[in-house]
Amino acid sequence: MKGFFQKILGQDKPTRQEDNSKPADQDFIDTMGVIHYSELQPAQLLASCGQSVGMQREHNEDALFSLTTTLTSDHTNLPFGLYIVADGMGGHQHGEIASGIAIRSMASYIVSRLMLPMLSANPHTPEESLQEIMQAGVQEAHKAITNQVPGGGTTLTAALILGEQMILAHVGDSRAYAIDLDGNAQILTRDHSLVKRLEELGQISHEEAANHPQRNVLYRALGQGEPFDPDIKNMQLPENGHILLCSDGLWGVVEEDELIQMILNSPTPDQACKSMVDAANAAGGPDNITAVLIRLPG
Amino acid sequence: MPDIETHKITQKIDPKTVPAATDQLNSGTTLANRYLIQNVIGVGGMGAVYRARDLHFPNVVKLVAVKEMINQVRDELVRSTIVRNFEREANLLATLDHPAIPRIYDYFTHNDRSYLILEFINGKDLEAVLNESNTFLPEERVVQWGIELCDVLSYLHNHQPEPIIFRDMKPSNVMINQHGHVVLIDFGIAKHFQGTQRGTMIGTEGYSPPEQYRGEAGHLADIYALGATMHHLLTHRDPRLEPPFSFAERPIRDTNTAVSQETIAIIERSLQYEPGDRYKTAEEMKDVLLHAARDTGILTKIALTKAVSRVEGEAIKPVWEFSCEDEIRGTPTYDDGIIYIGSYDNNLYALNAATGEFLWKYPTEEGIVSKPLVYENNVFFGSEDKRLHVITARFGRLNWMYYADGPIRSSPQIAEGHILIGSDDAHLHAVNTISGRRAWRADVGAMIRSTPAVHTDLIYVGTENGDFYCMDFRSTIKWRFKAKRAITSSPIIHQGVVYFGSVDSTLYALDSRTGWVIWRYRLSKPTITTPCITGDYIFTGSIDGLIHCVDLRSAKEVWTFNTENQVTGSPIIYKDSIYCGSVDGNLYCLEYRTGRLRWKFGTQGAITGNPIAVDDLVYIGSTDHRLYALLA
Repeated sequence: MKGFFQKILGQDKPTRQEDNSKPADQDFIDTMGVIHYSELQPAQLLASCGQSVGMQREHNEDALFSLTTTLTSDHTNLPFGLYIVADGMGGHQHGEIASGIAIRSMASYIVSRLMLPMLSANPHTPEESLQEIMQAGVQEAHKAITNQVPGGGTTLTAALILGEQMILAHVGDSRAYAIDLDGNAQILTRDHSLVKRLEELGQISHEEAANHPQRNVLYRALGQGEPFDPDIKNMQLPENGHILLCSDGLWGVVEEDELIQMILNSPTPDQACKSMVDAANAAGGPDNITAVLIRLPG
Repeated sequence: MPDIETHKITQKIDPKTVPAATDQLNSGTTLANRYLIQNVIGVGGMGAVYRARDLHFPNVVKLVAVKEMINQVRDELVRSTIVRNFEREANLLATLDHPAIPRIYDYFTHNDRSYLILEFINGKDLEAVLNESNTFLPEERVVQWGIELCDVLSYLHNHQPEPIIFRDMKPSNVMINQHGHVVLIDFGIAKHFQGTQRGTMIGTEGYSPPEQYRGEAGHLADIYALGATMHHLLTHRDPRLEPPFSFAERPIRDTNTAVSQETIAIIERSLQYEPGDRYKTAEEMKDVLLHAARDTGILTKIALTKAVSRVEGEAIKPVWEFSCEDEIRGTPTYDDGIIYIGSYDNNLYALNAATGEFLWKYPTEEGIVSKPLVYENNVFFGSEDKRLHVITARFGRLNWMYYADGPIRSSPQIAEGHILIGSDDAHLHAVNTISGRRAWRADVGAMIRSTPAVHTDLIYVGTENGDFYCMDFRSTIKWRFKAKRAITSSPIIHQGVVYFGSVDSTLYALDSRTGWVIWRYRLSKPTITTPCITGDYIFTGSIDGLIHCVDLRSAKEVWTFNTENQVTGSPIIYKDSIYCGSVDGNLYCLEYRTGRLRWKFGTQGAITGNPIAVDDLVYIGSTDHRLYALLA
């Protein structure tokens, strides 16, 4: 950067930017012939997903959406991704219908408001803020459920990635995690569950919460209640890290540390997704399992 | 939650949200040859509520409420459940007779639509009452409604052969009729909680007690929900937007100091976590409310005096103060034991930071409003005399000057051996720090009074016509954003996001690489202050007189602090306090997590500049011509 500036201001000789580049065949390709992801240009997202009905349930009430692309804007390539996990309410009226409706209406809203304008003949960014669009997308999904399956409900955790920023929209007890290069994991969402609330109030311990008979009871869900207020927040993405979205069929069954190890030790996100889903099933698979894993560029 | 979405019937009418397939009945339509639809009075997820005239009474105008449920669901099982619930509400209402319960006249189904014909309540629901009031509802009215609600709950709980649990007490389900009395609406919720189901389930939200999540809601659940409703009415804090069972964390007195301790105690008891700790019956709660109302005389209204602030009267003494010849509107700079401050007496002063001792002054032709910058033993600052002055830090001797074509009110910023500074001449100037020669100047089309920010290899600056630019060091524009009015506030960059305020009354968060708007935070008035950030909090001042603390991830208000005049100076963070001046003449020191006042220091004039804090001293200039050093 310094060299660049000096070059412009005519103070110094231009420096060659490629000074430290190495022969492509050494660093670029590893022994298995797989391209080192961090070397991939342009910087891009790599996402995969995994799902299973589990070992004890007959229906899959989870739903997922995964869209990864690169938008061209003003001569730069902008990584763009939209990922959604929804877990329909079992026993409630038609959980699988509600989660599917939620995913579709949210995704179509975000794509039409955010992505299509960027692909139009005259690319433009939206008037509204990204948080406002995510908020409106959740409200669309909420309205669609209210209209199409009255009484139905679902969780919804959605991540919109644009360049180095991520906007999260969240309702219920599906989760989003950020995992950095060193394997430090951070839960980005707050469970809207009764048990989590009791834990926050100090009424029960973390261990009791994990085995509580009411651990599936939510106090906030899509399609349920007015006014409806999803958690919306943004964050800068960890370089070379991962984002994991998952339903409680994964995080409630497999220990967090194990999940992180699987993510860090798998060469690609699809293998990590398979390992995580397999682990949940190996642990009994009591609930539907859904995972979306995004590998972030450096 | 209700199986049927009748609880939404009292929502505001928004024609855009009603899908075409659920077209409302037009006024003039006659239902069942009897009910002439006049207009829509509410819209919910499954249909509308209308006001209609009963044509069986041709000689008088008898109004009824027509509650419509449009069953568009294709799935047969869901469909029949909805119809069953609708009929359940009708049958339940038919057995009830109480002044606070609407009478039912009829119900019928026509194709996809079912209708309940109900007594028309001429009034509005408590949610609308809350939405329309800007101030707190008077305690005596809330207590009166509480007493009436206890009465109708008592009627329901003593119903034979089976007690009826209302289960959904909340402001939107309570109408206030034209005589000011309560009427409970929406009995479509004889809910059965499916507690034995596996998998993810829904409980209920906001007003409901813990046991309702376990499907054990008895009559004590209604007592809790009534307490929650009264809490909401008295505090204006909507429990549906808060975590459940968090009323104890939001004491009524924290938001509304006018409520009597007696009333508060009653509401708190009704909101006890354990059902057994609440009032045993609705009658008992009603008696206690009546008793308290008599004791406190709230029906004749009592005024409570405001708690006196502890810091009031405690005089904070400055460590030192320094007087110059005119107003200080700018911000001091500290470097190596010296404070540099510009004044409207046209001088830049250098003072001993520890003692306030005068070291030297350097005269310009006009006032100095900006914050000087010290870099490699030189002080850089702009003046309204259109010049960027560069003087030695030790003796204040002129090194070189750079001429802009307009007054300079922007503060200098340094990047890669160059000074970046804006001017009223509508340019951003890049000037070599050693030679004083211009590298370039960028025409931005309007005055720049903000200070440019530099982050990685990009420059960020706002202008007085609301444009915000991101450019590289060649002055090539990378992206541009337009606010609706001037951007006098200087940008700050934190974790890939650039933050700034605008005179359009908005605090903006933009992705620093692309300029995409991540969030907008609405203030009630314009802002020209530069925000500051610590942890997940961003702070800014506004012309509305408030210092705002906003969560920078969720863009939600954390707290606000009210000063007595405009806040045009910018806040700073030092240790765990925030320091900010106000045009009311005070420098405020607040606990940054809560916005609680630690102390304030009064000057004799408005404060428009920013404080700085170094080595446990806070420095602030005032239009009373003085610069003060205070213990942080």
